[in-house]
Amino acid sequence: MSPVIDVVVTGMGATTPLGGDVASTWRAALAGESGARTFDNDWAERYEIAVSFAAQIKVKPDHVLTRPETKRMDPSAQYAIIATREAWADAGSPEVDATRLGAVVSSGIGGIWTTLDAWDTLREKGGRRVLPMTVPMLMPNSPAAYVELEIGARAGAHALVSACASGAEAIGYGVEMIRSGRADVVVAGGTEAAIHPMPLAAFAASRTLSTRNDDPASASRPYDLHRDGFVLGEGAGIVVLESAEHAAARGAHVYARLAGVGLSSDGYHITSPDPAGRGQVAAMRSALTDARLTASDIVHVNAHATSTVVGDLIEARAVREVLGAAADQVALSATKSMTGHLLGGAGALETIFTVLALAERTAPPTINVTDPDPELELDLVRDTPRALRDGSIAAINNSFGFGGHNVALVVASA
Amino acid sequence: MANSEQEILAGLAEIVSEETGLPTESVLPEKSFTDDLDIDSLSMMTIVTLAEEKFDVRIPDDEVKNLVTVGDAVSFIAKAQA
Repeated sequence: MSPVIDVVVTGMGATTPLGGDVASTWRAALAGESGARTFDNDWAERYEIAVSFAAQIKVKPDHVLTRPETKRMDPSAQYAIIATREAWADAGSPEVDATRLGAVVSSGIGGIWTTLDAWDTLREKGGRRVLPMTVPMLMPNSPAAYVELEIGARAGAHALVSACASGAEAIGYGVEMIRSGRADVVVAGGTEAAIHPMPLAAFAASRTLSTRNDDPASASRPYDLHRDGFVLGEGAGIVVLESAEHAAARGAHVYARLAGVGLSSDGYHITSPDPAGRGQVAAMRSALTDARLTASDIVHVNAHATSTVVGDLIEARAVREVLGAAADQVALSATKSMTGHLLGGAGALETIFTVLALAERTAPPTINVTDPDPELELDLVRDTPRALRDGSIAAINNSFGFGGHNVALVVASA
Repeated sequence: MANSEQEILAGLAEIVSEETGLPTESVLPEKSFTDDLDIDSLSMMTIVTLAEEKFDVRIPDDEVKNLVTVGDAVSFIAKAQA
């Protein structure tokens, strides 16, 4: 057997409903802030949508990017580029052989603003007014392609799509690119910009969104007895993955190890998770095995927990099944209570939270749990952050997507 | 309504500036789209699409290759509007 290549995280970037970068996002998360707000427009009334709020990005891209950049990229790619620039600088803007540098950036929905704007133009003004950049902006691989261009990656650029598991799957694939010897450094993550009236109406139609219109900040409440659905969020999270050897050779700061990747599919239903959680259990077990760790190493779980009635408990039971008695020592955090659900960006942002939790020995809080679901048999970190113990520790970040896609990532302290 | 060549230049400069990030005052009649302003074919087609709408003219695809300089485009649009 060939020696296993260790993969480490050496840079992180984000733009989220809580802040325009990782530091401000993490600060707001530790303070238990909510990114959900009532729309500053009339979508709910004009289109008769049942939901009048979302977790919109805090720093608008036109404050950060040039005018040509905002015109040439769908918002989903804009967010990815903003997060990539931060992550790359955070990693020390490393000199990397371009043929050993990869990009894996996913979106769950793709360039929906571009698609629908172009359709409006076509219907209102005719085909001759549709702009030539429309296709490169709407294609689901557009964020990956723009990140590839930004860093000059030539080892490969990929956009794995698995709905709300996309961002985590992208990071998992980035790990595989390095382990398989295709790359030394991979910029990986997820992005989403789908807060548009059409997807809002569609999610509302499937009754998966919270309709707590009178109090948006308390709407996302994973594991609370009165949870009523998720809050649509947007933004991007990007990490710089690097082989441990490459990082050591250039003296890079290492936040944590991306130690294990576990993947599975439910084979059950297009939107509902398997009530028995078999796929989720399989993904977590496989990630632990891949990381060469055991249940007793896990002290923290960043749950997928979107605040839906059914999904949250299936995951909690799956965590207990995988970790057994060791689950009692786990600090469980559901950060979507603050960020809302970034769909394709969620798994990446939550990987960043998981990395920071280990690096700073601090599990972020879960807010809005005023009445904990009595069926939750795990130790939920509520309202204020929780200290994690010293020594070698590890954490699991779960991401699950419509279609029955399950991704578990195991992160271990550096 | 027809625009003066001065108005067309100003309008075209705005479109080019939005697309490229160059300041409007650098978009001068003698500038070549490709050699001076570094505009690729995709950007050129974007500029053509936006100019057609702004000036309410039709710029046929086989004319675009003749629009080497900003001045060429201004003259073409002025003639097309006449």
